[in-house]
Amino acid sequence: MASDHGVVPSSGSAPVLPERPAGTAVISPDAIQNPGFPPERERVTDKDPAKAKRAERVVVSLFLLSIIGSVLAIAAYIAFPIHEGDLMSVRLNTLFFGLGVALALLAIGLGAVHWSKALMQGHDLVEYRHETRGSDATRARAVEIFQQANEESGFGRRKLLRNTLIGALAVSPLPAVVLLRDLAPAEDPVPLLKHTMWDEGVRLVLDPTGTPIRAADVTLGSAFHVIPEGLNEMHHGRLEEKAKAAVLLMRLKPEDLQVSPGREDWNYDGIVAYSKICTHVGCPVALYEQQTHHLLCPCHQSQFDIKREAAVIFGPAKRPLPQLPITVDDEGYLVARSDFTEPVGPSFWEREL
Amino acid sequence: MKNQSNVAARKRGRRHPLATVALLALGLLGTGGVYALATIPATAETTATNAALVEEGEKLFVANCATCHGFNLEGTTEGPSLIGVGAASVDFQVGTGRMPLAQSAPQAPIKPVQFTQEQINAMAAYVASVAPGPAIPDERYLTGEGADLARGGEIFRTNCAMCHNVAGAGGALTEGKYAPPLGGVSAAHIYEAMLTGPQNMPVFNDANISPEDKANVIAYLKYLETAPSVGGLSLGSLGPVAEGLFIWIFGLGAVVAITIWLTAKSN
Repeated sequence: MASDHGVVPSSGSAPVLPERPAGTAVISPDAIQNPGFPPERERVTDKDPAKAKRAERVVVSLFLLSIIGSVLAIAAYIAFPIHEGDLMSVRLNTLFFGLGVALALLAIGLGAVHWSKALMQGHDLVEYRHETRGSDATRARAVEIFQQANEESGFGRRKLLRNTLIGALAVSPLPAVVLLRDLAPAEDPVPLLKHTMWDEGVRLVLDPTGTPIRAADVTLGSAFHVIPEGLNEMHHGRLEEKAKAAVLLMRLKPEDLQVSPGREDWNYDGIVAYSKICTHVGCPVALYEQQTHHLLCPCHQSQFDIKREAAVIFGPAKRPLPQLPITVDDEGYLVARSDFTEPVGPSFWEREL
Repeated sequence: MKNQSNVAARKRGRRHPLATVALLALGLLGTGGVYALATIPATAETTATNAALVEEGEKLFVANCATCHGFNLEGTTEGPSLIGVGAASVDFQVGTGRMPLAQSAPQAPIKPVQFTQEQINAMAAYVASVAPGPAIPDERYLTGEGADLARGGEIFRTNCAMCHNVAGAGGALTEGKYAPPLGGVSAAHIYEAMLTGPQNMPVFNDANISPEDKANVIAYLKYLETAPSVGGLSLGSLGPVAEGLFIWIFGLGAVVAITIWLTAKSN
């Protein structure tokens, strides 16, 4: 009776599966037989009515506890009101309201689980999946329906009608393609990644105040967090530009710097400027140790040696931080000589090198 | 008419045209002279006190610091030169107990302070007397009165938070060095640290962060100390490490316990 619906009550023996050809599957002659379920074991609540009564009382008290939790949540919401401007009142309100709701819901869940485990009928059931393949009669009927529909609609007979319908369906998604294609950036991102706001004569100014920096003010051991002049005045795309143009300015003794050929005039009397964007995945590298002249990236512990043109001395970064060539203008303020000579930040597909 | 012109002539005859100017000059000279005379002894007294302070500071320096920093602050192989470090540096290093150094280590830790504030002031006066350097900050920058907390927070997040943590809880640097937590550090010591850049901390001179902005940063840090943690337990404000550990142990622990109970058969 139950097996008609695919449900087999456990009886300690292996359930009987319907015979069916194995197809291409390899059937081992000594395959292990399904041992079925172990014999059903009675629970203490099945044997002892007193224990069943006790389990019932536990479940009832859990449900009562849930009611208490709900009432407590309401009471807490009234007892700890939120005062505008007082964040501590928000904390008390959410804390006690949440505790009440948590008690209410948790007690319902625990009670329901305990009820089903200790008191509800505990026998095991096996429910087999339906077969994927329909019966031969069902399949024959389906074919019949399709044939009848074809005949009555004339889909196979009126070829022009059918073909124009297929054509219309094929063309209909094209407006969506045109529409969604515009979601791509209007500008090619590659030149944007290769250039920053820095340019010849752009003053180095303090982040966030925008004060220009005189070379004389950058004392030994100093670290200045720098943005290009004009960034603060931008209304559109300011953060995108800042993310590329952020620079850390440091002053070392000129004799401590190891300058490679071609970079002799990139520092000004020991003042060097390096991109703050890590060449690994683009975190801001700004943990500067003024005695060792090491820069540490807080995300993945890449270390750069400022004495050796920000060479990587530890960690996953592959390339040194790009150096910004700087000099001073007529008034003694630090200015950039040019943009960075290589793209800042992490690698991207179109980056040469 | 004649009578009137006679009066004018008499007036002119009795007082020289430059008499007013002469009188004014004499008065000024007299006042200035008396003032100068009166203040000379006071200046001499201050100099005398200063000299006594410097002398006491020199004695303390020779007894406690000179082994490493040299008898003339010139430095040795054991310690850096102190020429030009200024009174602010002495007040910070000795006032937080970092100096005298107990042992060689990647970084000098905070220790119980070894000297009274008077002794520290004397040593600071001595070091400042040898060569000029940053002075102990003015009291008006330390009280936090009229400070702009929002601006202080912005300056702090731009310049300090990468090492000292956004909540001032401190953080690790390379090879055993670290940025110490900023909670409970006195306003003067925070100011002096920014000004002098102790150990591996960069220097933030007045052109980089103005004295007013330093005062704003200090006020912001003091606000962080007293502001309640509205989000509940701060777990040391260390961010994902402490919070992740907490949820892995207690959150997942609870999930595992409930799962075991759910699937266990009833007795």
